[in-house]
Amino acid sequence: METGSSTVGNDGSNSFTGSSLKEGAGIHYGHGSTSALGGAPGGRAASAPLMGKLFEPTLLELSHPGRRAWSLRTTGVPMYPTEELIPPEHTRRQPLGLPEVSERDLVAHFTRLSHRQFSVDLGAYPLGSCTMKYNPKLCDEVVALPGLRDIHPAAPAQLTQGWLQLLCNLESALCTITGMSAATLQPAAGAAGELTGLLLIRAWHEAHGASRRRILVPDSAHGTNPASVSLGGYEVTTVPSDSRGCVDIDALHASLGQDVAGMMLTNPNTLGLFEESIVDIAAAVHDCGGLLYYDGANLNAILGVVRPGDMGFDIVHLNLHKTFATPHGGGGPGAGPVAVSERLAPFLPGPRPVRNEDGSYGWEIPSSSIGRIHSWHGNALVLARAYAYILASGGDGLRRIAELAVLNANWLRKRLNGVFEIPFDRPNMHEVVVSASSLKRAHGLRALDVAKRLLEEGFHSPTVYFPLTVDEALMIEPTETESPQTLAALADALENIVMQAEANGPDAAREAPRTTPVRRVDETRAARRLRLTADMEPG
Amino acid sequence: MADFTPHTEEEIASMLSFLGIESTESLFSSIPAAVRLAGGLEMPNGISEPDVLYEMTALADANREKLVCFAGAGAYDHEIPAAVRSLASRSEFVTSYTPYQPEVAQGVLEALFEYQTMVARLAGLDVANASLYDGASALVEAVNLAVSSRGDPGVWISAGVNPRWRKVLSTFAKGSGHKISLMPLVDGTTRWADPEPGQHSSSHEASQTNPGSPGALPESLGAVVVAYPNYLGCLENLSQARSLADRTGAMLVVAFDPICSSIVKSPGEWGADIAVGEGQPLGNPLGFGGPYLGILAARKEHVRRLPGRLVGESIDVEGRRAYVTTLRAREQDIRREKASSNVCTNQTLMAVTAAIQLGWLGASGLAEVAVASSRAARYCRELLCGIDGVVPLSSAPTVREFAVYTGVPASELIGRVAEDGFLAGVALPEELSEGRQDGLLIATTERRTAAQIEGFAAAVERALR
Repeated sequence: METGSSTVGNDGSNSFTGSSLKEGAGIHYGHGSTSALGGAPGGRAASAPLMGKLFEPTLLELSHPGRRAWSLRTTGVPMYPTEELIPPEHTRRQPLGLPEVSERDLVAHFTRLSHRQFSVDLGAYPLGSCTMKYNPKLCDEVVALPGLRDIHPAAPAQLTQGWLQLLCNLESALCTITGMSAATLQPAAGAAGELTGLLLIRAWHEAHGASRRRILVPDSAHGTNPASVSLGGYEVTTVPSDSRGCVDIDALHASLGQDVAGMMLTNPNTLGLFEESIVDIAAAVHDCGGLLYYDGANLNAILGVVRPGDMGFDIVHLNLHKTFATPHGGGGPGAGPVAVSERLAPFLPGPRPVRNEDGSYGWEIPSSSIGRIHSWHGNALVLARAYAYILASGGDGLRRIAELAVLNANWLRKRLNGVFEIPFDRPNMHEVVVSASSLKRAHGLRALDVAKRLLEEGFHSPTVYFPLTVDEALMIEPTETESPQTLAALADALENIVMQAEANGPDAAREAPRTTPVRRVDETRAARRLRLTADMEPG
Repeated sequence: MADFTPHTEEEIASMLSFLGIESTESLFSSIPAAVRLAGGLEMPNGISEPDVLYEMTALADANREKLVCFAGAGAYDHEIPAAVRSLASRSEFVTSYTPYQPEVAQGVLEALFEYQTMVARLAGLDVANASLYDGASALVEAVNLAVSSRGDPGVWISAGVNPRWRKVLSTFAKGSGHKISLMPLVDGTTRWADPEPGQHSSSHEASQTNPGSPGALPESLGAVVVAYPNYLGCLENLSQARSLADRTGAMLVVAFDPICSSIVKSPGEWGADIAVGEGQPLGNPLGFGGPYLGILAARKEHVRRLPGRLVGESIDVEGRRAYVTTLRAREQDIRREKASSNVCTNQTLMAVTAAIQLGWLGASGLAEVAVASSRAARYCRELLCGIDGVVPLSSAPTVREFAVYTGVPASELIGRVAEDGFLAGVALPEELSEGRQDGLLIATTERRTAAQIEGFAAAVERALR
């Protein structure tokens, strides 16, 4: 076959590799599989999968030879023969193996898939550290504006003044919010921002003739922190937490030295606690010549209340997909701008948007720039969403967001007191970390079981087993957009799960979830019999 | 102002009273007073939804959106059909988080499995990950993978690889310590094993360049990197790059174009170990450069070193097919400082979009897009090269993008042609145009009609007069 043929034959075999999907997968398909339809794949407009009783065939299994959805523009361009366009030594011989489906089947398939997917728009998503707040529809309208959406990124500044102004305004707003003096909007996600920050730290020290090799990271930090440190060419020194869940100041002093390039800190930290000694921490790091990096994952808690710059931080990354309500898209896109104090501004990535003296906008490469870190200008449409959100919220609204996020989390902490152990039971910020440790000992109820059981109640699970400093951790971040009634329902659901386990043992939770599109998935099998594409024999 | 919080004042009072505190200010008592903001943020107060839309529309209107696009350089003006836009904007895909709870994330997981399958097939390789940020980040991750797995920091990279991606690679090389050598293009194709000092000094890579003697083939390298088609749109024979990789024990990394690969040899057919690409052309709008989609595919022996998320097929406790993120032990949240990549958030929604777009097109549609784009490029090239003073930059075969010299600085020409309603292309950096400023990179897609191309050629001719 040349191009354009089916990949899945009528017998369910894959003509691209010759493998049989069924045998290859070794899977029990249950009733109603493609085989029950006479073995002829190619689309069926039934919505049974959303009832949780059937799998949804892949698009490749729905493929039927000769079907198509596409139509292209009539252009009037001369029909040069393809042999003339591509020399034979460059012509693809491998079959493409893409599915052949009708538009109707394509739409049905992805709509059915969407019915097998939880999302913020469906219900509360108290996933700690992820700030899964409601994403305003207003921002969907903004990024659908053709004047933003359809602009080529290489179009010169004189043709893209609106975009440049938007980016400059956003940078300025982010600097106001964080108390910094300049920012790069290029990093596509938080982790990219972290690595950018570490390269800024490296460039700063190199410019000052210092060779330093270590970065301090608290043991409660997100995993991206130590991973970014290694990629930035530094060694990680882990700083332990004290009995109150904050950075152990004695241990910090013991870890500091002339070879320390800086410290990464999340504040409030991943326990949802504000690092009360932040001023002393900043002084200690600065005293030995280090720079202080702010992981902005938890910025939502302090919007308009306190600014990283005022706490003494030199570099801040922001997660616009958390704090500024841009949707997570099932795992991305995000945006991770990095804001810095004045002394670090010359090192920022470039080119960066700037306002010229005549009021027009252009691009500029900072004098000691570390270089480019994105193919273009960052995740621009995500940046536009965040800017619209900031305009809508304003300074007063941002402050209210922090207040209500913290109020919600504290209400939950108090309400859940006695239901779960709360290792650090004092006023928290935007999230609360509870532990199922004693429930596990007494009743065999693990954090994982609580999380899975909660899915049956229509809530997304909290983050589990993080931070690593708390045994059987459940990290709950309600965000400001959940109502008191939703919080109460969430707390009731959690309490019922615990009471059920106390009364009848952990079996119900262990077997959960039972009402979801699929039940617990065999992760060991996924790794051992690795099948990452429809062509891979599970090996 | 627009307010997305539900609380009434009575509810707030009742919650505060439950907590035994007087005011919301008391919620922040753990924050030292000395650093707290006294007067709030120095920003305007919030505004209503229609007011926001009015302001954002004014910004959008200040861009020249109606230009007929002849620019490419890694971002292409392809058609995005209504079905793709509609499905990709379903809020279940848009407003979900990373699929950490597979029981309620089968929609995104299965779509990613389909994406991985289709991208691996396009690349002609065994596996693909679930996306990276953009083409540049895919390149960086691929080089990191090659260097760490081969244990050699040496990287030979063709100047035909997108210069912005190369800059990103150089930026991150400051942390990872790669030794990057740039191989120049001669008549549109890579001249290997002859790094010219002049090429280095003019580029951002200078500080990272291996100072070894030009022309000397090192015994060992971590990665050999080449683009196909390259930045100038040219197709080059990759056998030499493959044999260079073989002789030095390096991995061959091929930067490919997912549209063109439907009609030109796949990275796998050329023997690539890893393929990287920009997935924007697969259903994602130009969007002033993002969010785009970093494609990374590889041979299966490298699977345990792949960066980013991977979705695998498994079963649930009832034996039903189910999808789940797998080989998680590679990732940063588990391996922390020992992880080979720090990627967490990726570009899942763009990958889901690409899967939908590839489904809409199918094999025949994708090939038709590539052929139609190439025909438009051929027609455009013929018309432009018929204009006095316009000459092609190279004689190598091109697909849907090509470079010309016009005799007028490219930035100036782009400005003049914009007056007639066309985005003429992208100015070539001097390192790719023999130090000249009149190199212009032009791309076409299946959207460009004969009338537009003829109008564009006429506008260029007028601009050069």
